[in-house]
Amino acid sequence: MALPTVTQSLPDADRRWRDIYRYLDRPGPFMAEGFEAGAAVKEFLHSIKILVVGAGGLGCELLKDLALTGFTDIHVIDMDTIDVSNLNRQFLFRASDVGKAKAEVAASFIMRRIPGVKITPYFGKIQDKDEEYYNQFTIIICGLDSVEARRWMNATIINMYDEDDPETLKPIIDGGTEGFKGQSRIILPHMTACYECSLDMQTKPTTYPMCTIANTPRLPEHCIEWASVLEWPREFPDKKLDGDDPEHIKWLLDRASTRARHYDITGVTYSLTQGVVKNIIPAIASTNAIVAASCATEAFKIATNCATPMNNYMMYVGDQGVYTYTFELQKKEDCPVCGAVAIKIQVSPSATLQDLIDLLLDRKDIQLKKPSLRTSATSLYMQAPRALQEATRPNLSKCLSELIRDGEEVTVTDESLPISIQITVRFE
Amino acid sequence: MSLKKKKVEGEGNGPRRPKTTAAQIRLQKDLGDMDKLPGTMHLSFPDANDVFNFELTIRPDEGFYFGGTFRFTFRVNSNYPHEPPKVLCTQKIYHPNIDLDGNVCLNILREDWKPVLNINSILVGLQYLFLEPNADDPLNKDAAEVLRSNRRLFEQNVTRSMRGGSVDGVTFADVMR
Ligand SMILES: [Zn+2]
Repeated sequence: MALPTVTQSLPDADRRWRDIYRYLDRPGPFMAEGFEAGAAVKEFLHSIKILVVGAGGLGCELLKDLALTGFTDIHVIDMDTIDVSNLNRQFLFRASDVGKAKAEVAASFIMRRIPGVKITPYFGKIQDKDEEYYNQFTIIICGLDSVEARRWMNATIINMYDEDDPETLKPIIDGGTEGFKGQSRIILPHMTACYECSLDMQTKPTTYPMCTIANTPRLPEHCIEWASVLEWPREFPDKKLDGDDPEHIKWLLDRASTRARHYDITGVTYSLTQGVVKNIIPAIASTNAIVAASCATEAFKIATNCATPMNNYMMYVGDQGVYTYTFELQKKEDCPVCGAVAIKIQVSPSATLQDLIDLLLDRKDIQLKKPSLRTSATSLYMQAPRALQEATRPNLSKCLSELIRDGEEVTVTDESLPISIQITVRFE
Repeated sequence: MSLKKKKVEGEGNGPRRPKTTAAQIRLQKDLGDMDKLPGTMHLSFPDANDVFNFELTIRPDEGFYFGGTFRFTFRVNSNYPHEPPKVLCTQKIYHPNIDLDGNVCLNILREDWKPVLNINSILVGLQYLFLEPNADDPLNKDAAEVLRSNRRLFEQNVTRSMRGGSVDGVTFADVMR
């Protein structure tokens, strides 16, 4: 029997992807709208570029899962190097890899084990890359451990969307774990809730009341916070506390231990001190595996349409049995990222800032009353507080070309408007 | 499609344009909407382009601290509003909820912070600390103890400290200037 043409370039492809092809060779009861079984969908799956953001606990699982699910052009980005404490769960790394770049080691490991899969690593920060880089991917999967990095990724991908070009709409699949808890979610820019829409749902770092840590400590954590929040800045007003510097942790440990003894509290250890300072929640390998599997499955569904993707958030709790619940997170109308209205305005470079504001006030589609305008770097005109208003008032009579560059983005907020407006100002 | 690619490449050649972050947008909204700040509070900005760092002055118009001028610095970080701003009192003052290093015990600055709160919520909270100092959440234990046991003495201590005098051997900043 002749092999289908698409797989001829991949030796043993039919055997390798046999289980995946079961979902793609014929229609099934769960297929999503637009699914067409056959060679084209397989070829599409093998050809699209997918980006994995993060090569840590989740990232290792994701890379393995995606590579075994038929994605053959995978990119991975991570700024970290391998630490000995990663080895228990980040299974693509060995003791001899300690100190090397996670993205690079993970990529070569997967390529060695799964022939026919290409993984392109980038060892560096997500902020190093621009829209051109992110625009080459069809799907973006995040396995990140910080709220800050997630917010950046989310805002970057959502801002990239250009309604004139459907290719700029990139689904984001976001996985996250915290001990025995985890979640996976799908973000379709401007269509479903984005990360920023649900920012208030994110667990925030554990903090204790200032007066408790100052006066009535009861827990070892209170003593550590006392040392890090109150004693460190008093002793070293100009030195930033670094949770990765053993000298710093040692100093905190000494102080916290003395205080703990004084209050008859036990349990202040080096690892707890570092844990409190860096807000570490112990990572559980099985949580990573479950969340990554869910993310990879959703990527497979989005890429092939062989089943309807979940809508749109799955939470997992694994410390008392196994519990999952999937529900729809609602888009927030006043979300500063996906709720922002984007408009393009053409003005003469000799027009003043006041002219631009008048132009905005005249528009019936956006009902502005007292707009404040800023670029990412400068306050153009702020209605309040008074000091900012006074400082920026002289800008009103200045030419726009003195204040902004052609094509620069200006953010407009207004008391009477819950959302913000992003204007791209083009000079005529 | 190909057109878009060209456009993106063209733009990539120039210096990378810094993007406005969600934290910046949110802070711009928080600040730009604050045009009804009570006369007892004033915000100032050492650099008008840097909205992440600013100073607050409070002049209570009643209560123990009437007549004083109290200064705070606000440092907002790029994870705002997921994380609250860091607020410090820059003067050494006699107050049950503010220690001698300027740390402030206000629940919404730490354990009770939520992203729905904003800069204005903190201003209201700080103002309230001067109207109703709270002996139950002490950061300056001695001051809290005096407030609890002897309000008249507390009032005298506050008055003396605000003129730059000393209480229990500690000299405080003159906040009457
Ligand atoms: Zn949103």
